[in-house]
Amino acid sequence: MAVVKTTRRGFLKISAAAGGGLLVSFSIPAAKTAQAETGTKEDFEPNAWLRISSDDVITVRVASAEMGQGIMTGISMLIAEELDADWNTIKAEFAPASKAYYNPLMNRQATGGSTAIRGFWEVAREAGAVAREILIEAAAQEWNVLPNICRTEKGAVFHDASQRSLRYGEIASVAASLPVPTSVFLKEPDEFVLIGKSMPRLDTAEKVDGSAIFGSDIQLPGLLTAVVVRCPVIGGKAKSYNSKQAMQVKGVRKVTRITSGVAVIADHFWAAMKGRDALSIKWDEGPNADLSSKSIFTSFADALDNDAGITERQDGNIKDGLKAANKTLEAVYTAPYQAHACMEPMNATADVRVDSCNIYVGTQGQTATQQTAMQLTGLPEEKVKVHSTYLGGGFGRRSEQDFITDAVECSQAAGKPVKVIWTREDDIMHDQYRPATYNQLRGGIDASGKIIAWQHRIAGPSILSRVFPNAVKEGRDSTSTMGASDIPYAFDSAEVSYKMVNPGVPVGFWRSVGSSQNAYVTECFFDELAALAGRDPLQARLQLLEEESRHTGVLSLAAEKADWGKALPAGRARGIAVAKSFNTWAAQVAEVSIERGRVRVHRVTCAIDCGLAINPDSIRAQMESAVVYGLTACLKGEITIAGGKVEQNNFDNYPLLRIDECPEIDVHIVDSEESPSGIGEPGVPPVAPAVANAVFALTGKPVRSLPIRL
Amino acid sequence: MLKLEINGGQRELDMDPDTPLLWAIRDGLQLTGTRYGCGIAQCGACIVLVDGKPVRSCVTPVSSVTNKQITTIEGLSSDRSHPVQQAWIENEVPQCGYCQSGQILAAAALLAGNPQPTDADIDDALGDVLCRCGTYPRIRQAIKLAAARAGNKDEEA
Repeated sequence: MAVVKTTRRGFLKISAAAGGGLLVSFSIPAAKTAQAETGTKEDFEPNAWLRISSDDVITVRVASAEMGQGIMTGISMLIAEELDADWNTIKAEFAPASKAYYNPLMNRQATGGSTAIRGFWEVAREAGAVAREILIEAAAQEWNVLPNICRTEKGAVFHDASQRSLRYGEIASVAASLPVPTSVFLKEPDEFVLIGKSMPRLDTAEKVDGSAIFGSDIQLPGLLTAVVVRCPVIGGKAKSYNSKQAMQVKGVRKVTRITSGVAVIADHFWAAMKGRDALSIKWDEGPNADLSSKSIFTSFADALDNDAGITERQDGNIKDGLKAANKTLEAVYTAPYQAHACMEPMNATADVRVDSCNIYVGTQGQTATQQTAMQLTGLPEEKVKVHSTYLGGGFGRRSEQDFITDAVECSQAAGKPVKVIWTREDDIMHDQYRPATYNQLRGGIDASGKIIAWQHRIAGPSILSRVFPNAVKEGRDSTSTMGASDIPYAFDSAEVSYKMVNPGVPVGFWRSVGSSQNAYVTECFFDELAALAGRDPLQARLQLLEEESRHTGVLSLAAEKADWGKALPAGRARGIAVAKSFNTWAAQVAEVSIERGRVRVHRVTCAIDCGLAINPDSIRAQMESAVVYGLTACLKGEITIAGGKVEQNNFDNYPLLRIDECPEIDVHIVDSEESPSGIGEPGVPPVAPAVANAVFALTGKPVRSLPIRL
Repeated sequence: MLKLEINGGQRELDMDPDTPLLWAIRDGLQLTGTRYGCGIAQCGACIVLVDGKPVRSCVTPVSSVTNKQITTIEGLSSDRSHPVQQAWIENEVPQCGYCQSGQILAAAALLAGNPQPTDADIDDALGDVLCRCGTYPRIRQAIKLAAARAGNKDEEA
């Protein structure tokens, strides 16, 4: 039985595509104005969610960034499902920056927080359903029959009684002249043809023959390439520079000061690099010159000594709870700064003219990119166009604006289109890192071994105070406590607090944000308490979770599939962890040993509950991805500071997990008809604690700081 | 003028002889499938085949390969028909895709010299080819699939 859905008629728009065919758009006030001014049909196209051409090709405009998570395919599946499209005729392309593509959950066009499927789940299906409805109407008019006796399948409308059919392309132009229906039917899960099936990704072909275009692959007539020399000390500025020798390098066109440092603009990358080597710069190292990892962690600890900060969770009275406990335990856990280390170093291309600005970039934030360029150029919104490319990794890093600013300022200075490419060294040393945190924990168990009291005090830097300062009130930053203040266990008393300390190292969104370090801290300390009670870590968790909860569901599934509790060969141990983040539940069991003094992870078994599974193979791929990403952070990753500088600068000293270190990864998806949620981030949080808990089980020594050092 | 034998053809380019092959290919020949990841031969995103052997083009001066056969991802096949590309497609290996040219060329070189590689052989050949998205399990499966296919063909023949 289908669901009747009233359409957003004020927003949905049907129109003719240039060259024939049908467009389904979300018209918006701004776009309406632009259309009224110019009076051309094409003006609606930038807002189109899908276009059906007379040759039956259905082009889906994808608002979200494709950074590996498979969203191009996921969104296309939602539209194709309700449209009853032939999957083989589906093409996807990136949407330009426009309000029509705002993610309803973020009120801007951006990709992050695992929100793409959650945000567009209804919008995309509605667009597909509206198109289907009017295509039926168009065919019915053509045949002079009632629309309700027509049906659709694989890109065609059928009238079975007369054995007639029309392909969508044949009636697209007629459909384009019809009014938007007042209501449409959305399918029930048992009617899904595509959703729930592992559909091949639409971007695979381009990614195996080298033709996929990333930001750094953009080519334009007259394009110059720039590299920027940044002060190695965080926050430092160029006091003065001498460009004489740099300008003598063949191919160097211009050396100029920009916000982030001194830019060398040249005919191509290598000339720019040679010019950069020939530059001499005197730096003003600024206020961070004495900053070190040691001073930073000391400042966190000192801050907590004075003041626990703001309380984000209070159940019962923690003082009484700890007093009433049969046994208590205290521990300090720390997590280091982490770099994003996208395989494609940051880059952007800008072509700024007197009356226009075109930006070519792989970005997680089209709206922010447009606004950055508007601010820098003074041009109005309609003159600033953002052309999205594939992203060579995002993980939160590509929601930042620093590389956009570089490109716009370089193009302004050169008066030509300029591509700014960060070197890997720039990329590692000038990231906005995952926050380092310092955590004081106290817990207590009762005589029966039940964990009854939980106190968690976090000190660390705030992402939001830099990125969205208006979202920070009274020292609260929800990203710093996510995964900690919402700890799922039913303790008799619990207190979770956060003390903001911003030492000067820029911090940003890093795949799974606060949940990454908070799941590590909480799930590992939980195992310490379970050990204190002599309890099995799984049973200790299940005792404090509701039986029907989704936490219990993923924990039980992961445990079952990993043979939790069954004997292992000597020298191996399992660890378990669970985390809910971004409305998705994930549990993992890691099986580890210690080989030649190092942790070897043999197998990670994942269970995930992301509601209705749209594209199961994409979910599996994202869990594999999360495990590898999480293992790098757990076993290797650490950004340290000395003399105000980041001490790591490339993959030789910020190593990533390699294929020979990659465990077997089994993924099990909870069968669910709940609304679908995201998959890009939620697999990351359980990785580090599952591995650390296995190491604890093996060695008897808790892992209280990362990366794991035996 | 430098002359390069690349992807079965000859191309000329006007760049300094010390230019890394990577930037000669990308900026000089506009073949952008070969990618920059680290610049110090640590990640493998820039791998191309030189006389069939995988080479880190980011640290290879273009002048050192002027009389050699260079194959980039664009030259591995004209239609994604190379068995490694086919296995990659079937296993849905790529995620962000940025490192995949290097991964595919490293795998193609491995299989060309060792048609039935063991897990240890795969670890050796691809150990220094980094993927931040974590496509490693699928890379391994795809190499094994391509190897199995080649083995079956040999038996049929």
